Amino acid sequence: MKKLNIRNIDQGVLMKLNKILKNAFLVTIACLALSACATSKKSSGQMQGDVYTGKDTVEYLASGVPDRVFFATNESVLTTASRETLRKQAAWLRKNSSITIVLEGHADERGTREYNLALGERRANAAKDYLMTYGISSDRISVLSYGKERPVDSGSNPLSWSKNRRSVSVKAN
Amino acid sequence: MNKYLTLFLILFIPTNSLALIEVDITRGNLNPLPIAVSPLSIDNESKQNFEKILKKKNIGSEISLVIENNLKISGLFNPLNKDAFLQAPDIANLKPRFEDWNLIKAQALITGKVSFVNEKLRVEFRLWDVLAGKEMMALAFTTVPNNWRRVGHIITDKVYERLTGEKGYFDTRIIYVAEEGPKTKRIKKLAIMDQDGANNKFLTLGNELVLTPRFNPTSQMVTYLSYFRNLPRVYLLDIETGIQEVVGDFPGMTFAPRFSPDGKKIIMSFAKDGNSEIYTMDLENRIVEKITNHPSIDTSPSYSPDGKYICFNSDRSGYQQIYVMKSDGSNVKRISFGKGLYGTPVWSPRGDLIAFTKLHKGKFYIGVMRTDGKGERLLTENFYQEAPSWSPNGRVLIFYRETKTDTKGEGFSAKLWSIDLTGYNERLVNTPTDASDPSWSSLLSN
Repeated sequence: MKKLNIRNIDQGVLMKLNKILKNAFLVTIACLALSACATSKKSSGQMQGDVYTGKDTVEYLASGVPDRVFFATNESVLTTASRETLRKQAAWLRKNSSITIVLEGHADERGTREYNLALGERRANAAKDYLMTYGISSDRISVLSYGKERPVDSGSNPLSWSKNRRSVSVKAN
Repeated sequence: MNKYLTLFLILFIPTNSLALIEVDITRGNLNPLPIAVSPLSIDNESKQNFEKILKKKNIGSEISLVIENNLKISGLFNPLNKDAFLQAPDIANLKPRFEDWNLIKAQALITGKVSFVNEKLRVEFRLWDVLAGKEMMALAFTTVPNNWRRVGHIITDKVYERLTGEKGYFDTRIIYVAEEGPKTKRIKKLAIMDQDGANNKFLTLGNELVLTPRFNPTSQMVTYLSYFRNLPRVYLLDIETGIQEVVGDFPGMTFAPRFSPDGKKIIMSFAKDGNSEIYTMDLENRIVEKITNHPSIDTSPSYSPDGKYICFNSDRSGYQQIYVMKSDGSNVKRISFGKGLYGTPVWSPRGDLIAFTKLHKGKFYIGVMRTDGKGERLLTENFYQEAPSWSPNGRVLIFYRETKTDTKGEGFSAKLWSIDLTGYNERLVNTPTDASDPSWSSLLSN
């Protein structure tokens, strides 16, 4: 939890704080103040780094099988949590062998439209590749990038953007 | 600065015939040239005929309003208030009383005459240098009455060209994406309008998502991305006939289309298995060529006006940057080295500059750099803006800008804006709905 707090702080502020607050007593007070900030943020959702870790927008393909994974800004690397979600999806797909899915790749609004279309495609393919390594045939998976065209959260803030950087597995039949 | 010098010459060496007024468009023009646009004169019979056909009381005044508005939005001219005009339009067109026009501080004067001849609209106009007391230009056009706005645009182009020494951009159209509805379920339609916002027309119904329309520089064809049947593909649309066809029907997503300068090829991205590459398609024989070959994202290609080079967007360095290569894909060179991310490179029709979008420290910029990446100049900064498109004379950029939503996720808007290459004269371009992805046509009258 401590780690999460630090990542939420602006780096510049952190450096200035380090310089100024040499006194251990003051540092303790600063830590208290910062964790207070972090708790008030938590109520609206969660992020690790800038990857969304909350459940606000998540839907379920089946009980215990979340439909989406989230990405860091400009990234298409799957996080540990994403891989876990995709393993659950793979298990579900193996059990339901007639089901086909569309992986819809998305980006946040903080990028140019055309680059984001490519990025959405890359994200959806990262999810597809992982599902394939768990035995799901590529015939059952198609990929569709929406770039930044279909946000789930219309906010203009880092939390909203983190919910929008996603790949969603949608049942196609 | 140059303008002052020129005016100085006119005042003191009036016999020098070369020293007629001129407007310097190479720098921000903080002192637009005072110009009087006299309403085009019209005889009573013609007036009644046009009123019947066009439902406009005085088509002569209407055309002069089109000219006046064009001159104003160019930022280079200051059209004077008509209430101050002393001379009647018909007499002014025969022979202006230069003292009268001088008195209201006009430096240039446009006069003209409209008449109804064989069911057609005949317009003649003259451009006068008030200080030198000379006619600078006289021209006449005949066309179908419905073309009256275009006549106003063509006259503005002639005046602009005569006074700046460069081609105008008024007889042009803008194709763009009209947007409506909540941000999460945006409805998008292709729309087209005249450069000044008149004659707006929707080209698609909004049933499927459409993005990034771009004009063919040599014809009234448009290429764009459509999500028809949930298959994002590059399409071709003839805006005269309304006929559409898929051109990028590859086994994956095709996007980011643009025409080659001769209008014969489409260059676009094709994304498959997480990798986007740039391809061209010859529209005559449908031969497809792969231009880039790199496991990174390669997109937003744009040809140089001579067709020999292509600038494009790639993240092969790790982040979005601008690259230039020969049109066969060889000699790939990164040209953007400033701080931040760079996207949407577009080669200027004059060939000397590349316009781009830049993201740095949470702000978006529209800027230009030389084709070797040197001389970067940022023209405008905002919360979000992108996708510059050049006016055909390479002097103005049109782009779109989005606003931040409030804490409830409301208050979102997308609008078209234009700015001069000088960084001055930033203007909202009015559209009936929200708008994005503008593309400027070539001059229609060429």
